[in-house]
Amino acid sequence: MLGLNKKDTMFLLIVIALTMATPFLMQPFSEGSALAQFNGGYPDLMAKVAIFGIFAIGFNILFGLTGYLSFGHAAFLGVGSYSAVWMFKILSLNVFPAIILAVIMAGLFSLVIGYISLRRSGIYFSILTLAMAEMSFRLAYSVFTPLTNGETGLQVRPSDVQLLDGPNAPEYPNIFGLLISDSYKWEVAGHVFTFNVGFYFCAVIAIIAFYISLRIFRSPFGMMLRAVKSNQNRMSYTGLNPRPYTLAAFVISGMYAGLAGGLLAVMDPLAGAERMQWTASGEVVIMTILGGAGTLLGPVLGAGAIKYLENIFSKINETVLHDWFAFLPDSIEDVVVFILSRFTGHGWALTLGLMFMLVVTFLPGGLVEGGKRFFGMFKRKPKEPDDAEHHPETPPHVAE
Amino acid sequence: MTKSNLTRRGLIKTGAAASAGLAMPTLFTGNVWAAAHSGYRNAPTNGTVTLGFNVPQSGPYADEGADELRAYELAVEHLNGGGDGGMMNTFSSSALTGAGILGNKVQFVTGDTQTKSDAARASAKSMIEKDGAVMITGGSSSGVAIAVQGMCQEAGVIFMAGLTHSNDTTGKDKKANGFRHFFNAYMSAAALAPVLKKLYGTDRTAYHLTADYSWGWTQEESIAAATEAMGWKTAEKVRTPLATTDFSSYIAPVLNSGADVLVLNHYGGNMVNSLTNAVQFGLRDKQVNGKNFEIVVPLYSRLMAKGAGANVKGIFGSTNWHWSLTDAGSKAFVKSFGTKYGFPPSQAAHTVYCQTLLYADACQRAGTHNPCAVAEALEGFKFDGLGNGPTEYRAEDHQCFKDVLVVKGKENPENEFDLLEIVEVTPRAQVEYAPDHPMFAGGELGKCNPGA
Amino acid sequence: MDQIFLQVLNGLDKGSAYALIALGLTLIFGTLGVVNFAHGALFMIGAFCAVTLQKILTLSKITIDPTKTDFLGNPAKIKTPYVEGWFGPDMGAMIIDWSVPMAVLFSIPVMILVGFIMERGLIKHFYHRPHADQILVTFGLAIVLQEVVKQFYGANPIPTPAPAAFKGSFDFGVMLGIDANKVIYPYWRMVYFLFSAVVISAVFAFLRFTTFGMVVRAGMADRETVGLLGINIDKRFTIMFGIAAAVAGMAGVMYAPINSPNYHMGMDFLVLSFVVVVVGGMGSLPGAVLAGFLLGILESFSSMNEVKSLIPGIDQIIIYLVAIIILLARPRGLMGKRGVMED
Repeated sequence: MLGLNKKDTMFLLIVIALTMATPFLMQPFSEGSALAQFNGGYPDLMAKVAIFGIFAIGFNILFGLTGYLSFGHAAFLGVGSYSAVWMFKILSLNVFPAIILAVIMAGLFSLVIGYISLRRSGIYFSILTLAMAEMSFRLAYSVFTPLTNGETGLQVRPSDVQLLDGPNAPEYPNIFGLLISDSYKWEVAGHVFTFNVGFYFCAVIAIIAFYISLRIFRSPFGMMLRAVKSNQNRMSYTGLNPRPYTLAAFVISGMYAGLAGGLLAVMDPLAGAERMQWTASGEVVIMTILGGAGTLLGPVLGAGAIKYLENIFSKINETVLHDWFAFLPDSIEDVVVFILSRFTGHGWALTLGLMFMLVVTFLPGGLVEGGKRFFGMFKRKPKEPDDAEHHPETPPHVAE
Repeated sequence: MTKSNLTRRGLIKTGAAASAGLAMPTLFTGNVWAAAHSGYRNAPTNGTVTLGFNVPQSGPYADEGADELRAYELAVEHLNGGGDGGMMNTFSSSALTGAGILGNKVQFVTGDTQTKSDAARASAKSMIEKDGAVMITGGSSSGVAIAVQGMCQEAGVIFMAGLTHSNDTTGKDKKANGFRHFFNAYMSAAALAPVLKKLYGTDRTAYHLTADYSWGWTQEESIAAATEAMGWKTAEKVRTPLATTDFSSYIAPVLNSGADVLVLNHYGGNMVNSLTNAVQFGLRDKQVNGKNFEIVVPLYSRLMAKGAGANVKGIFGSTNWHWSLTDAGSKAFVKSFGTKYGFPPSQAAHTVYCQTLLYADACQRAGTHNPCAVAEALEGFKFDGLGNGPTEYRAEDHQCFKDVLVVKGKENPENEFDLLEIVEVTPRAQVEYAPDHPMFAGGELGKCNPGA
Repeated sequence: MDQIFLQVLNGLDKGSAYALIALGLTLIFGTLGVVNFAHGALFMIGAFCAVTLQKILTLSKITIDPTKTDFLGNPAKIKTPYVEGWFGPDMGAMIIDWSVPMAVLFSIPVMILVGFIMERGLIKHFYHRPHADQILVTFGLAIVLQEVVKQFYGANPIPTPAPAAFKGSFDFGVMLGIDANKVIYPYWRMVYFLFSAVVISAVFAFLRFTTFGMVVRAGMADRETVGLLGINIDKRFTIMFGIAAAVAGMAGVMYAPINSPNYHMGMDFLVLSFVVVVVGGMGSLPGAVLAGFLLGILESFSSMNEVKSLIPGIDQIIIYLVAIIILLARPRGLMGKRGVMED
């Protein structure tokens, strides 16, 4: 189906099913129960997972296949967001022009940056991309304020003229009149599930993005990119010029980033300069490695894990902890809360750092590897999947 | 986030939702569901009302965020009738009884803004969408405050700004659902200028170092205008990148510029570093044009002054509130905060405590949590007893007007909290401005949005 | 003219911080082949060594003074540092005053120990892993280290002043016979520059003139062959990691009086130090030092008003712009070796 073999079709169908069921999967606990704190099934977080999933999938096309580690992909995300918000401001609050412009602008921007940066490889490439992204961030924050609204971020104002929108058009981003922010809440047996237009919009696009990346991984082009990773010299000896292939991969992943940036603006029409900072570029690198670089699903898992931790753990404050452990004797309760509060609430970043260290130390292939080991325990004989992408090869240690 | 007036599209959509509803047991569209109950977003249920405290818990302002959180917890305790009641006893409005808000017990959720507008909005959204917060408050920088204020307007909840000092928050970015108790850059400048005139005379030349982002610019614009109006000249206005940690290369040229006053339009870590560097360079021991060289920090914060250590001694600035004030409200607040936590509250803690009480009081007086009614109750509200003297929430721009404190780094601190001394309490009339003042022009409040 | 002289001084000063951090980073790259994202955190821990020593020295005996009151109106608690009790008020105050220079000595064993633990406990397991994994694990470590520091010391900067003897600034104008006040420079910053010059020379001398250093250099050039000669190169590299940590730590201690340390100062320097190392060229120690000073000086010049009015915002991006130009003009930075970290 759709040019995929049977196995990949199954894979895609599973991904579709998982994505569509996200409002259930991320909302496993009933309202009012102590564990409701861990529910993540609200529109903003679900959409963020889908969007950063797209970002990471795109990043993985470059990094996972060619091995080129870009430290400046957040710049394309930022360009996408700014383009989308400008589209909202001058043309229409319909999401399609915004997303299309976001992808185009990010593509152009990544073409320029990729053309320059890909003249170098290894860490020199990483630093070139980092330098350009950091320059974009700093200029967007200060000198380019008329274009970016600097620190505050670019917002849609009531005074903006949307040239294409009629007088009765909605005042918020919409899909031909259907508001992105509209939600349907389904209450059943103490559970509340939220079905949000914006989330499903992002989810559909994420599935398409995933499908395209699947096709790229399986295509001759993808094979060529893998050749770049394994041995660029040998590739050029056979008479092939690797540059056009890597540049194409760079631009494609830049467009994915732009798409993600555009969707961020769709979900929340504000584009802030911090989106382009090196920490944001580093975040997508970490999402990809955490989930499993070079695997198809890994980056999405990594994106989900980080966004979930950031949004849910940071909200568990001491009052919540006291509620949970109220059944313990007071003195023990205080000790337990004192220790746990180091890792939640204001200490959520500590948990994040520990998670990075533990995952990468004990699960060299990232979360995907962990999942495989987990399911491997239930199988009688652990069958090695013949899907090469799920086994990132350890490149030789270069500095030795 | 839907508009309340029905459009053709809206009707079609509701129809579609209704038909979809047949397929599932109980299905509501967000707006219909809310409307059926209350007519506004996140109305309290089960006798509890949820407030969202969105403060920086990581990044450079984490300590300020932690102090805000302490004040919020104290406010909630007082609203629910616990503790000694703090400023509820001195507050001129007596609507609050200590039985929660409108009989609903006050609960709260917290989140981390990370001092980034994206993260702050994500955190506020999760409070609104997941936890059902009916009011969002907090923050420790103007960029974040403006970003979150815009989001609350769209979502249809009230935003009670925390520490935000930019003119824009209640200027060109003001919103009908957003309210600011903290003072702003214009007020700082208006309060400082007369004191500077008295101290340093009218024949001075100022050199500005300004953090290169929107708050810095409004601060620079305000203080330059105020000092030039009393006869000072401006030698140079230099923008410094936000990420700067070492200001030496910006401070080195100051002495040769002919300026005899250095104005540091910096906040937080920038302020600590630029002030430390300026003192290191020995600027304060120098004489220029036959006058002592002086340094001015328009916006002071005691928490940050602590980071600069002895370098703040004798340096003038302004602040919204200080724990050494001796009015009944301030004393009550310092007492209940100090008794609970063991140290005096910061100005950030004070402003967010006031904001929480003001919100609760407005709900009480309006008889509902509906943002539109709450906004109406806050607009033009005159009150006293919250530590800043008689104060008014101006209806035109949702800015509080009150006295401003001019402070100076204390020469001989008696203890580790005793860093600033109050030099003058500048009366409200002196810092007031017209709502259409050019520094605040270009925005409109718009219509209040109840979110349903 | 005097402006240019001043900015050269500033540049040398900034450059010495960059060079010290980059030196340690490139040592780790060169010897162990590890991309260490926790190197900025080592710098931060160094600065907090100064904070910690200051805290230890000011540990105080608390007495109640009923004549004074604290902010709540209760009798005030008066703190007297123990050292003042032991050595007399004058001597004690002087010891506290000199806490930062003393912290340099204090930091060396602490940092070497931290370096050993990091290397043996964690980094060792990542020698044969992809660079991406190294980045992730060291970045995770950097977050953990700074969060731990935050939990102990809070997020605010903590003032750690230099000894009173170094207060104020030196007037080059008087010395050079031009107007007073034209060219002044703080004493402590000059101390910082001299200190870094000494440390950098010491590291170079150590590598050049000792047998240990010779083996390490040989190992950097060809680890396998050195291993085949029967030399336990791993052990030496571990020691080098300790030394790199100590260099970063001392850079942090001495930096503490220039800018009050806070828990995320390492992250501020992290990206910058990577840029410096790469511009200098991978695997080259002199390159890292050269690039550190070069970028420091260029950064200072770009913040001059004359330059800024010519190109607005240039001081925001100068470092990155120069990095791009150098890397495009010279494929392996200023003095990089072929084949190091190029795949």
